[in-house]
Amino acid sequence: MLVDIENLRITFENNGKRFEAVSGVSFKLEARQKLAIVGESGSGKSITARALMRLLPAQAQVTADRMLFDGIDILSQSEREMRKLRGGRAGFILQDPKYSLNPVKTIGNQIAEAWLTHNKGSKKEARDAALNLLEQVMIRDPQLVLNAYPHEISGGMGQRAMIAMMLAPNPSLLIADEPTSALDASVQAEILRLIDELVDTRDMGLLLISHDLPLVSNFCDKVSVMYMGQIMEELAAKDLAQAAHPYTKGLLNCLPSLDEPRGDLPVLTRDPQWLEEQAQ
Amino acid sequence: MNRKVKSFAATLGSVLVTLFGLSVITFMIGRVMPVDPVLAAVGDNAPADVVAAARAEMGLDDPLIVQYWSYISNVLQGDFGRSVLTRNPVISDIAHYFPATLEMATLALLIATLLGVPAGIISAVKQGSLTDQIIRVVCIAGHSVPVFVLALLGLLIFYVGLDLVPGPGRQGVIYDGMVPSVTGLLLVDSLLAGDMGAFWDAVHHLTLPVLILAYFSMAYITRMTRAFMLDALKGEFIISARAKGLSGWSVVMGHAFPNVAVQLITVLALTYAGLLEGAVITETVFAWPGLGQYLTTALMNGDMNPVVGTTLIIGAVYVGLNLLADILYRVFDPRVA
Repeated sequence: MLVDIENLRITFENNGKRFEAVSGVSFKLEARQKLAIVGESGSGKSITARALMRLLPAQAQVTADRMLFDGIDILSQSEREMRKLRGGRAGFILQDPKYSLNPVKTIGNQIAEAWLTHNKGSKKEARDAALNLLEQVMIRDPQLVLNAYPHEISGGMGQRAMIAMMLAPNPSLLIADEPTSALDASVQAEILRLIDELVDTRDMGLLLISHDLPLVSNFCDKVSVMYMGQIMEELAAKDLAQAAHPYTKGLLNCLPSLDEPRGDLPVLTRDPQWLEEQAQ
Repeated sequence: MNRKVKSFAATLGSVLVTLFGLSVITFMIGRVMPVDPVLAAVGDNAPADVVAAARAEMGLDDPLIVQYWSYISNVLQGDFGRSVLTRNPVISDIAHYFPATLEMATLALLIATLLGVPAGIISAVKQGSLTDQIIRVVCIAGHSVPVFVLALLGLLIFYVGLDLVPGPGRQGVIYDGMVPSVTGLLLVDSLLAGDMGAFWDAVHHLTLPVLILAYFSMAYITRMTRAFMLDALKGEFIISARAKGLSGWSVVMGHAFPNVAVQLITVLALTYAGLLEGAVITETVFAWPGLGQYLTTALMNGDMNPVVGTTLIIGAVYVGLNLLADILYRVFDPRVA
């Protein structure tokens, strides 16, 4: 079992006001399994992923009945232990390479740094490893990208570089937080396919966070649908068409289609009862 | 590369235009000031024909454009005219007084940077903590109390009260004029002459004015560093750096700081320029024989050549430091072409 989370709650406190952003989320992820967490903006999917890496700001209070990564209790780890985990055991890909890569450091240096943090070796070895990783993410002209700054390459190349950086220490879990939402539609599928392939060949687990239900169902084994900090429904990706929960159905129902053009799309009607059902 | 050369040429061009504008303004100041250079030269009681002859000889009857031309061609040859007060060429007066200001301002900037930048970083990293609060209070005090109040208080406490530092001036009486002037910087000259007594005397005299200017500048540098760092630490790339497993310190110094270094260069350059120019008040309080004191003394006495010459030099220093900041920008920030 790679990830095992039971009753995760994340609360933010601001000026005495408490706001629970994640209320009792539970899921499991086996090794070599791919799980997608899907939900609207603000549903709590991103901070769930960040909580798993303990990357939330200090004012976030995280509690859980169980929060295990590869059998390690995340919440009780020291910061030093967490640093070995971050990057080393679990890579984390962010949304937009324009902001998630450091603008004043070369791509090569940023990847080499990730490698050096978790491997012993010379700078030369780190640089060779970086070049090798850039080849693995099938970037055009890896030698050139190695010495380029983030603003000198395209968004798609930047996301490939980001993936290379997070694969550098050879982690067993890859968390991708909306890895394609900042990219052109034509590049999105390419990047997802690349992540899919790399996860397969490296025997990694994948936690893919997205708001695109049908898209992720092509790449993942399981899909968890999140709404207002709770998981509405978890189902096998192939069973998406038979979704039982009205929220999932509603999300699927308001998608436009190219093959058979539809008139006005229905508006999703939200039922406050969805949240109460979960609370019981 | 070609693009870099081009944009650099454009910067140099704008510097030249600025310097030209500066020379026109200083020239105009010299003409519109209600001080008659002829009377200053020949005295109040000179007969009218002597005044007229002197006026013609000084070229003041020529059209303004001709006067500007002769002024600028003299300036370009390093001739700023003579000071009526000191009877020396203005340029040699400046060469004499400027090192005193330079020595004080440079030391102050050095101390302010070495203290201010780390303080700003710590303050930003530990935002809201007690350390942050203390640093901020110290900075607000340094920034809001006028520098002459600090200087007078400093003299009152450390000179009058505790007798820890010597009084005003740059040198003790016994060392005055004993060290041969090579660079004009007393610390350097006394070391070159091997005169340790004069060196420590210079250190003692520098201590209080330098510390006061350093405190004043540090307050600004700390505040700016803190603001820049807070902004950089909010960046998404900080999350990715942490997600790589880097320690807190490598994230701060390896990822956040390089992003603010470029902005800091501008702040430091402007602070330095401000110190070189704005030490006027401090120099007055400490009777420091620097450029600021030379300028104010000349101004009070209607001695226009030094006023115009000094203003021009200070302006050129400002432009020069801006150019330096611009060059450093290009070196340190890959995004600036």
